[in-house]
Amino acid sequence: MRRMTFLIGLLALSGAVVASEPATARQKELIHLVRQDCGSCHGMQLTGGLGLPLTPEALKDKPFEGLVATVVYGRPGTAMPPWKSIITEQEAEWIVRALVAGFPEDVR
Amino acid sequence: MKALLIGVTTLLLAGCAQQPLRGTGDLGIVIERADGRVAVVDTTARTVLGHIAGLGDLSHASTVFSRDGRYAYVFGRDGGLTKVDILQQRIDKRVMQAGNSIGGAISQDGRLVVAQNYTPGGIKVFDAQTLELLSEVPTQSKVVGLADLTGQRFAYALFDKGEIWVTDLTDPRAPKTQKYPAGLQPYDGLVTPDGRYYMAGLFGEDGIALLDTWHPEAGARKILENYGKGQEKLPVFKMPHLRGWAVAGNQAYLPAIGRHEVLVVDKSNWRETRRISVKGQPVFVMARPDGRQVWVNFAFPDNGWVQVIDTLKGEVVQTLQPGKAILHMEFTPRGEHVWLSARDDHTVSVYDTQTFQRLTTLPAQSPSGIFFTSRAARTGF
Repeated sequence: MRRMTFLIGLLALSGAVVASEPATARQKELIHLVRQDCGSCHGMQLTGGLGLPLTPEALKDKPFEGLVATVVYGRPGTAMPPWKSIITEQEAEWIVRALVAGFPEDVR
Repeated sequence: MKALLIGVTTLLLAGCAQQPLRGTGDLGIVIERADGRVAVVDTTARTVLGHIAGLGDLSHASTVFSRDGRYAYVFGRDGGLTKVDILQQRIDKRVMQAGNSIGGAISQDGRLVVAQNYTPGGIKVFDAQTLELLSEVPTQSKVVGLADLTGQRFAYALFDKGEIWVTDLTDPRAPKTQKYPAGLQPYDGLVTPDGRYYMAGLFGEDGIALLDTWHPEAGARKILENYGKGQEKLPVFKMPHLRGWAVAGNQAYLPAIGRHEVLVVDKSNWRETRRISVKGQPVFVMARPDGRQVWVNFAFPDNGWVQVIDTLKGEVVQTLQPGKAILHMEFTPRGEHVWLSARDDHTVSVYDTQTFQRLTTLPAQSPSGIFFTSRAARTGF
């Protein structure tokens, strides 16, 4: 029963914003991934390179779903690859939200 | 008067005493990409001699050397061009020359340094001594694969326009440019060690554009067309880097894009002779200076591996795990050792290329490019 309550609690939580928050350790990995590996094309400061800039300023007029889809499925005809073998859709949502808000620094 | 002379001599000697005379032939720099800093390294003692900070955003950085091997020109992501004095371990000059930059090259006579830029797209020409801007060639496209040719010429490719341009800087204030159609989305380029052939790897299609700069009137032609044979390529998480021509005997080794393969090409007719399966998508495919070995590192997520191809056998003979996120490799001038940067381990490892034993590991913060002064004497570096 206690377990059931816990599950319901989890379900309730998943409806809220907290839902798609990856665990703290995974967030750290994702920050590293974005800064370092997305950074190969977008720059470690995310100011762009072969890829477009990913700063809050550059992303502010772009629809959220479109950005998430670009991360997950890539952009055919451009150098942007699909990242779905590396990250989940929820993680992509978290990344896009963080990019739009101003992306955290990679802590070493 | 005599006393004065003695005084001056003593002062000069005192200056020397602080900094013993030495050459730079066994020195180099390691980019510490997250800190805007470079480490000066000694490949004989296998040590870090010191650090030079204040170089800006080095998340993508490349370096060329003055012909005397004393100065390194470091091109940063943020458009910063820094002339570093390796002997005195300090910045000699620094200019912000663009909004977003990718690298550069130095002329045959060492007098001109040329930067290749994404924003604004184009190349800029600088006096190598003073970093005074002499001229620029706008391209309305991101510039990739800038390489020095003989006779003060530079070849480069335009990612957005699919062209190869060759700019003659005989008069550095009045550039003359020839343009050649190349193919879809060139992502990088290289020149052969003799300065004759310029190649641009294509991302938008299978193949490589090849320009014979001894016969520029013939234009660029495509080689290795359809090496993917229409198969869907794997997601490319990092573009290969072509600088670092890997040629052994008559065979050239090139990274296949979106495939776990190294392509081998016969240099006499530019036909594919073989392909070698490797651990991941190659980023750097570099021949040891004697050409007997070709070392390969890989794109994310296989970037913890390094493989060695024996060029006589035409197969992988060694698979190493030197550290996390191996970004670059650099051979000592005659190739007895190779230095490897492990970005996520914050180390640079030195390997013996004969025994494949790790000789030492040096600390470095998020190291990426490793550049030794022996590049100063090589075309295309």
